[in-house]
Amino acid sequence: MKFAYFPGCSAKTGGAAYEKSFLAVCDKLGIEMEELDEWNCCGATSYMSVDESYAYALSTRNLALAEKTGMDLVAPCGGCYGILLKSDHYYKRYPILKQVVADGLSHENLVYEGKAVVRHPLEVLAQMFGTKALRKEVKRPLKGLKVACYYGCRILRPIAPFEDMHHPQTMENLMKSVGARIAEYPLNAKCCGGAVAGVLPEAGLDLIWMILRDIERNEGDVIATSCPLCQFNLEAYQEEIIRKHPEIKPIPVLYFTQLIGLALGIEPRELGLDRLLLPVEPLLREKGILADAKVPAEAK
Amino acid sequence: MGQVQRAYRYETDRDPSFADEIRRMPGCELMDRCIQCATCSAVCPLSAHMERTPRRIIELTRNGFRNDVLSSNTIWVCASCYQCQVECPKQIGITDIMYALKTKAIASGFYPKRFPTAVLAKEFFAQVQKNGRLTETILAQNVFLKTNPLKVWGMRKLGIRLIRAKRYHLKPLRLKHPQSFQQSLSGLKPLDGKSSPRPEASRPTGGAR
Repeated sequence: MKFAYFPGCSAKTGGAAYEKSFLAVCDKLGIEMEELDEWNCCGATSYMSVDESYAYALSTRNLALAEKTGMDLVAPCGGCYGILLKSDHYYKRYPILKQVVADGLSHENLVYEGKAVVRHPLEVLAQMFGTKALRKEVKRPLKGLKVACYYGCRILRPIAPFEDMHHPQTMENLMKSVGARIAEYPLNAKCCGGAVAGVLPEAGLDLIWMILRDIERNEGDVIATSCPLCQFNLEAYQEEIIRKHPEIKPIPVLYFTQLIGLALGIEPRELGLDRLLLPVEPLLREKGILADAKVPAEAK
Repeated sequence: MGQVQRAYRYETDRDPSFADEIRRMPGCELMDRCIQCATCSAVCPLSAHMERTPRRIIELTRNGFRNDVLSSNTIWVCASCYQCQVECPKQIGITDIMYALKTKAIASGFYPKRFPTAVLAKEFFAQVQKNGRLTETILAQNVFLKTNPLKVWGMRKLGIRLIRAKRYHLKPLRLKHPQSFQQSLSGLKPLDGKSSPRPEASRPTGGAR
């Protein structure tokens, strides 16, 4: 299996652990990822708020680049994935949008014919590689670890080609296949606040608190995420939230690819566990998952 | 502004062309189907923090109450989670309407003064137009300096934790050939097919309500 890979800006800065762990897992499973040359920012929510022509041209440019490779495009960041998917749909649905965007791309001699297929790592690992095949590769089962899978918004909304947007189970299936238990909780697809969490904390932190409370009530040991902004919001603001709501206990927030990587026997360092703000190693040792592995020195 | 404000709206407050401009944007064409059931407001995770709920925004928008819509904090509190859009029993693109309203607010410079999400959107746009990619930490820094410089001090602890975790980047991400990228992203016509093309790059700095 070979794919074109769209990292997104977060993967090259604050969310580097997602890229590192995803690529390490792919490498281990023999899935090839070839980074799309000269990919650009997807535009997130901001471009769409400033100018829609520019927003659709920006994301469709990536689709045109992907189409040229002839491979399916894999976008791990929830934000990028959602926007690329939406742009593709709208490009086909609205002739005026197509015309304006095609005009822009033609300045760079780019053409988009609407053939790019956008996929998420959840889909690639759970459905294309398959949970059964993954089960056979497990070297270090995540036994006794109760994982709360958190999807956030963009993987499920507005378009969810590989998943039931109201009752997502893909991440749960992946976690079960690597030996973990699941903490089911109702708010697994409730918004984390996205960019609002940081700039309007009085509104955003409430959302994160509700999600954390829900996970705690359902006895999650660790949160698995599939988007760098969700990961950041759930992890980085915990300290502030706990100050206001002392009943919440700190909980490590990982990328689902880091957990799969651990189960595949990949070293914690190669999965970017040293980049977590809330270390997970003590919990992993307590559960006997990381009994013999060395903890990276910078982890504290 | 006086001490007493008129609580009711007059017919003359309406600008029907505003409603038409929104209707013409992709995803907004079903606005008039709205039955005012307020499912959007109920499922919205942030409606508790909005001056007007999404249901009210739809009603005011389709009736052309431009100033009421654009001056309310609602569109800038919206996190674009699409919950309203996927739950709407009439399949109205509510999140798309919110986006269309945001672009109107920014193009006309009419939004709550120094509102951080609006500043964030503009800073984000400027950075990516230039470099083709975004550096989150630089964006966050610029937004806080422009909207609430005191907050930077309050966030120093988080900053230090991020630096320790190698998650704080100050070197801007850039394409190898941003000039080529900029060719695709220039001189684009608006999507409503009617209004005149907007001026490039120099966007109104905006401010007062």
